[in-house]
Amino acid sequence: MTAELHEELTDPHGEQLDHGAASSRPLKSRIAEPQPRGAKIRGNRPVDQSEAANRFMAATEHEAMHDARLWDLRQKRDKEMHGIEEWEELRNLASGIKEHTLSKLDYYLELFEKNATANGIKVHWAKDGAEHNAIVLEILRSRGVERLIKSKSMLTEECGFREFMAHNHVEVIETDLGERIQQLDDEAPSHVVVPAVHKLRTDVASVFAKTIGSDPDNADAHYLTECQREATRPLILSAQAGMTGGNFVVAETGTFVVCTNEGNADLSANTPPLHIASIGIEKLIPGLNELPVFIRLLSRSALGSPITQYTSHFRGPREGGEMHVVLVDNGRSERLGMEKFWPGLKCIRCGACMNTCPVFRRSGGLSYGATYAGPIGLIIDPTFNVHKYRNLPYSSTMNGSCTNVCPVKINIHEQIADWRKTLAGDGEISPVKKVMMKAAGEVLASPVVYRASLPLGRSALRHLPHFMLYNKLNTWGRKRDIPETPKQTFNEWYRKNRKSQEKSQSEGENS
Amino acid sequence: MSGSRDAILGAIRHNHIQGEHPRPAVPLFDQAAPADLKVLFQKSLERMGGKILIPDVPDPMAPVRQAIVKPGPVVSCVPEFEGDMKITPQTKPTDIAPVEYAVLRAAFGVAETGSLCFTEKQLHVNTTGFLPQHLIVLLDPAQIVYNLHNAYQRPEWLQAHYAVFQSGPSATADIEGVLVHGAQGVRSLSVLLQP
Ligand code: SF4
Repeated sequence: MTAELHEELTDPHGEQLDHGAASSRPLKSRIAEPQPRGAKIRGNRPVDQSEAANRFMAATEHEAMHDARLWDLRQKRDKEMHGIEEWEELRNLASGIKEHTLSKLDYYLELFEKNATANGIKVHWAKDGAEHNAIVLEILRSRGVERLIKSKSMLTEECGFREFMAHNHVEVIETDLGERIQQLDDEAPSHVVVPAVHKLRTDVASVFAKTIGSDPDNADAHYLTECQREATRPLILSAQAGMTGGNFVVAETGTFVVCTNEGNADLSANTPPLHIASIGIEKLIPGLNELPVFIRLLSRSALGSPITQYTSHFRGPREGGEMHVVLVDNGRSERLGMEKFWPGLKCIRCGACMNTCPVFRRSGGLSYGATYAGPIGLIIDPTFNVHKYRNLPYSSTMNGSCTNVCPVKINIHEQIADWRKTLAGDGEISPVKKVMMKAAGEVLASPVVYRASLPLGRSALRHLPHFMLYNKLNTWGRKRDIPETPKQTFNEWYRKNRKSQEKSQSEGENS
Repeated sequence: MSGSRDAILGAIRHNHIQGEHPRPAVPLFDQAAPADLKVLFQKSLERMGGKILIPDVPDPMAPVRQAIVKPGPVVSCVPEFEGDMKITPQTKPTDIAPVEYAVLRAAFGVAETGSLCFTEKQLHVNTTGFLPQHLIVLLDPAQIVYNLHNAYQRPEWLQAHYAVFQSGPSATADIEGVLVHGAQGVRSLSVLLQP
């Protein structure tokens, strides 16, 4: 294929289309630059997010593109929010529905199992990632499956599914473009919704040139997307099994729902004769009355698009087909018992908290060295491995923007503060952070004091000792000028300093 | 494994979260619904990258014929239009792969999001919804509901094993936010409002 130059897609009235994950204005990287890689993983040693973040920020073209792209998604989200009068009511409902379901999770799981089974779905239960992988492998082996096509799923990332299947000689083909790019580059997804958002088009061109034989000098997004479509389609058509995740599980009807923009779930589920869905037990909701609350919030929060292009509902196998659901715990039931941290289970993985987070935007998702990055990662990664992720709760400016955009109203920044306190109490804290904590005194260590500071309408930053914020020990103060006045929050300063960026029309940044 | 099932349910019961969390009642939020939903539907569909075909009263299928501009097999799942490839009970999901155009009727539409609902009943073979290169969809304007709350009151959810809201064509913007239609599924989607 030769180079193709494409205009921005517009509707019949000449408006630029920005549905799906599309940016609302043309953004284009200007120069090729080697891609900064993610955090260095050294066994169970605590991940040093700031080390990887510094490398990402040093790659200025990557940092600028990443920042602009995610901020644009955040602004698209704000625009959508303003178009829905009942937005806040929907958020309250979403939060209430999730809390209700989590409070009766055993009942709803059993109800789902009963209804799904009655419709011909085989339901399996896995207490952790290893058991999930074993169950799926057993299903595949007994049917002689050698190639599996898959739509994007964070849960399978949690389970280390791809690596496990590679060891067991099952070929796994990711069908989501971003996820496929990451798979071909042997790199984890950096964002729950846009997995390759940390890559420039030139990075994708070099990955595709090496793996699917595209022209290394052609970094046109249309060309690259088309190359991937052509390369993946024969694999899709010859796969013997398909796998999806599940965004929502409706207990009363035994339905699970998958939201994609590319149609991957439909392809993966309907093309081969066997469909396996891997679903975390926290995805349950009671019934069909509740479902639209989440469908209306998810894509608007994630991408500023009214709905994903495909919202797919599976209630039973098709004629002659076979359907399995693996319900996976992997630490979730234990999290239910964590008094301060169970609300993290309400998360619908929209990624809005990442898009709005100044730390995430400037450091890239791979710097967190964990399955979940950004604000939601800070509060759930330590539940998977408190030692390895003990430093992550410090990768936050505590501006509260994440909490403000969260469609299910998780008190993210309060939980970050609570984690800091918990980790300090557990002695799970690195020497650098210890010095900082000592200097920070009670403010950071005490969520009560911290929370009390919020109604003042300023971020807690104002209340932190100057030393703590801009000392060279604090990696988040590095590479930033010191604000003129300590009354100005980092975020205000940050926004003022964004030359390329229009004024935020958000409710979120400093409310 | 039943051991894990019991262990998971047991752990959930043991770690029961405190406090009362009643099930909220969800309103339909449809007070502001306009009487004519066609305009809103069209606007939403276009925003999602779909096209509206202009109806032709004396020859209702003319817009469908005119929309077929590329060579290649056309499959039709509607009695109003004759395709050149037939779906039979023997048709396998992958047999749809060479299809250029599929002509389908949506079960209903959603004005809020420009979505079209298809179930196995409309698709005949489920892959008809996304393996063809292009979709041409007939939608009865009387079957447009206002918003997603109204949509989930419909009977299809309790009848179908597979149901999908398709809102515009397949789309991706995974490379620097550049919108591309037809990442894996259909490259274009056109709708003819036709009872
Ligand atoms: S914590 Fe909230 S904002 Fe972040 S991904 Fe989850 S639902 Fe979205």
